[in-house]
Amino acid sequence: MHLDATIATFLIQDGLTNGAVYALLGLAIVLVFSVTRVIFIPQGEFVAYGALTLATLDAGNVPGTPKLLLCFGVAAFLLDLWSWRRDLKVDALARNFALNLGLPLLIYGAVLYLAPLQLPSVIRALMTVLIIAPMGLYVYRIAYRPLADASVLVLLITSVGVHLAMLGLGLIFFGPEGLRATPLHDGSFTMGPLLVTAQSVLIYLTTILIMVALYFFFEKTLLGKALRATAVNRLGARLVGVRTQLTGVTAFVLAATIAAVSGVLMGPITTIYYDTGFLIGLKGFVAAILGGMGSFPVTAIAAIGVGMVESFASFFASNYKEIIVFGLIVPVLIWLSIDAVHHEEE
Amino acid sequence: MSWEDFMKHRFFAGIAAIAVMSLPVFVTPALADITIGVTIPTTGPGAALGIPLKNSVELWPKEIAGEKLKVILLDDAGDPSIATTNARRFANDDKVDVIMGSALTPAAIGAAGVAAEVGVPHFAISPVPPPVAKGKWTFVLPQYSSVLAKRMFTRMKQDGVKRVSFIGFADSYGQQWVEELKNTGKEYGLEVVADERYARADTSVSGQVLKAIAAKPDAVFIGASGTGAALPQIGVRERGFTGPVYVVSGAVTFEFLRIAGKAVENTIFSSGPVMVAEDQPDDSPTKAEGLAYLKAYEGKFGPNSRTQFGSHVWDAMVILKKAVPVALQKAKPGTSEFRAALRDAIESSGPYNATHGVFQFTPEDHYGLDQRGAVLLTAKDGKFQLLPEKK
Repeated sequence: MHLDATIATFLIQDGLTNGAVYALLGLAIVLVFSVTRVIFIPQGEFVAYGALTLATLDAGNVPGTPKLLLCFGVAAFLLDLWSWRRDLKVDALARNFALNLGLPLLIYGAVLYLAPLQLPSVIRALMTVLIIAPMGLYVYRIAYRPLADASVLVLLITSVGVHLAMLGLGLIFFGPEGLRATPLHDGSFTMGPLLVTAQSVLIYLTTILIMVALYFFFEKTLLGKALRATAVNRLGARLVGVRTQLTGVTAFVLAATIAAVSGVLMGPITTIYYDTGFLIGLKGFVAAILGGMGSFPVTAIAAIGVGMVESFASFFASNYKEIIVFGLIVPVLIWLSIDAVHHEEE
Repeated sequence: MSWEDFMKHRFFAGIAAIAVMSLPVFVTPALADITIGVTIPTTGPGAALGIPLKNSVELWPKEIAGEKLKVILLDDAGDPSIATTNARRFANDDKVDVIMGSALTPAAIGAAGVAAEVGVPHFAISPVPPPVAKGKWTFVLPQYSSVLAKRMFTRMKQDGVKRVSFIGFADSYGQQWVEELKNTGKEYGLEVVADERYARADTSVSGQVLKAIAAKPDAVFIGASGTGAALPQIGVRERGFTGPVYVVSGAVTFEFLRIAGKAVENTIFSSGPVMVAEDQPDDSPTKAEGLAYLKAYEGKFGPNSRTQFGSHVWDAMVILKKAVPVALQKAKPGTSEFRAALRDAIESSGPYNATHGVFQFTPEDHYGLDQRGAVLLTAKDGKFQLLPEKK
């Protein structure tokens, strides 16, 4: 089969669109890893939750995620109560009550009220992000905070556990069949032989916007600098007064927000199942590994590369597409292992 | 924790484990109940099949021929090793009279192996390949792909299709269909000009679609199931392909129509007749059970909740209702004599007019379905319609 210029441009466009989403996920994975040492496997589930929540809202129904958020909140509340059982303070309790029960209740009530109103698609997208983002907070509180000082391996195993739990919950709340959201904007225009949809332009713009916003967050804000400090040296950051719990929470909420946005962007261009997220997240993970799990710019560029490789592989050898994409990390891992100083645990 | 404490814990944990493991020994089913063990994937990649099946099991009667019916339903997540363990549990601990499952082919093969070993009549809810279906104890409920394929290929020939681009799942399901197309399709003058694969969870099939269309086919054939088939269906239409698209039975679900939307015009589906029981002529042998099933299912789970996957276990019950009374004359349920008699009765008491066709099992043929087990459909306004025969 010949690859002519028209087909090549189509493939490049497709690779760019998917690569942009992988870039977002790769950035979130690097962010969470550098700040908390957690390899954030459940990232993909947040993407799927986002896309499925949006698709359910599009149909005018109440998605299961606000209810799930409420359950998470209750679990976090109870955990906090347990950890304060010897030393209960009223103001801390009030704050805890507002954050763990008040917030999800508020969101749940709002969704219950707004979902049947058929609001404009932008509002639905915002609602989706609002529902998913706090999940990062509760997942961190429930699964990771008690283990904040554990080894990378323990945190990785925890991540696998969280991934499996969220996968099962996804099946319960969204059912086994895939859903597809309606695009935020239905329009499209032609550029030469290329048909560019408004949705794909939206993906590019959002990706660039989030990257710029992350840059300013890390460079210009105190919290961003605290996150960077934690990433460089946890103990050192603590010694100079950075609350590493706060930076951990921030990293998780940011990651969940980015994942929800990715889901909102991805939902209208493909069919998403409750278990699709894992594979999407894994491709972001490939990009993060190519970026050495530390570099944001390299991760972003690698993600675009992953999207391109995937797109061309699906044209030339669709049967071997996944093998080719995941095969990319083998040479990089070998290279990194030659380069790295061997240490079991920092 | 000191070493002593640790050992103590181990000791108690060990006792607890032994107690749990020995539990099933004490739970022997009351004799004279007919016990059916069902292993289906209600979670995991086969959940879209397993959940409607589980719902349909709930529609089963409380008794057959005056004998109380006891159903044990286990989830195997589509995993062959879990399905095998479940089947073994059914046979050894529950002393079941019938094993059903699983819905994914590898898992169904696992269950068939156990059934053959212990001698329990087994209904596979997946079109297992001929070597397995030849087994003495295994009967197959879904249409084997050739039944559906022949109906489809006949129509493609009538439509003047010669060059076909295949886009399908990169698994045994897609493989089965492309092989039908390459082998049986030849007899109908069909030539496969592109063979493209993707995975259900893929987020884009643009590359595959481009290649399929670049081969200049007369028609596109989609060998995928459920909503997963919507991606290439939408893709080929987006790329401006206006020729006919043929989609296999696994995609005949309302979820598929909802997602594919307007892209399903000029698309033909092969399917089991149950999806359009209302549209069938009154003399159709599959109409009565089809309507009864749809009424029961949609009455309980809401309008337009039908799938073709769920009704396979309804068909199993159609078969059992006729075969059990025959077997009861020879032996009591729960005995190996009864199981042997039931197996013989299933094989010889046909034909069974079921929702998916007319089953006529013989010692040589445990698929049992003929061309009445396949219909062609089109979709309009979010609903499937029976496609009239082309003369």
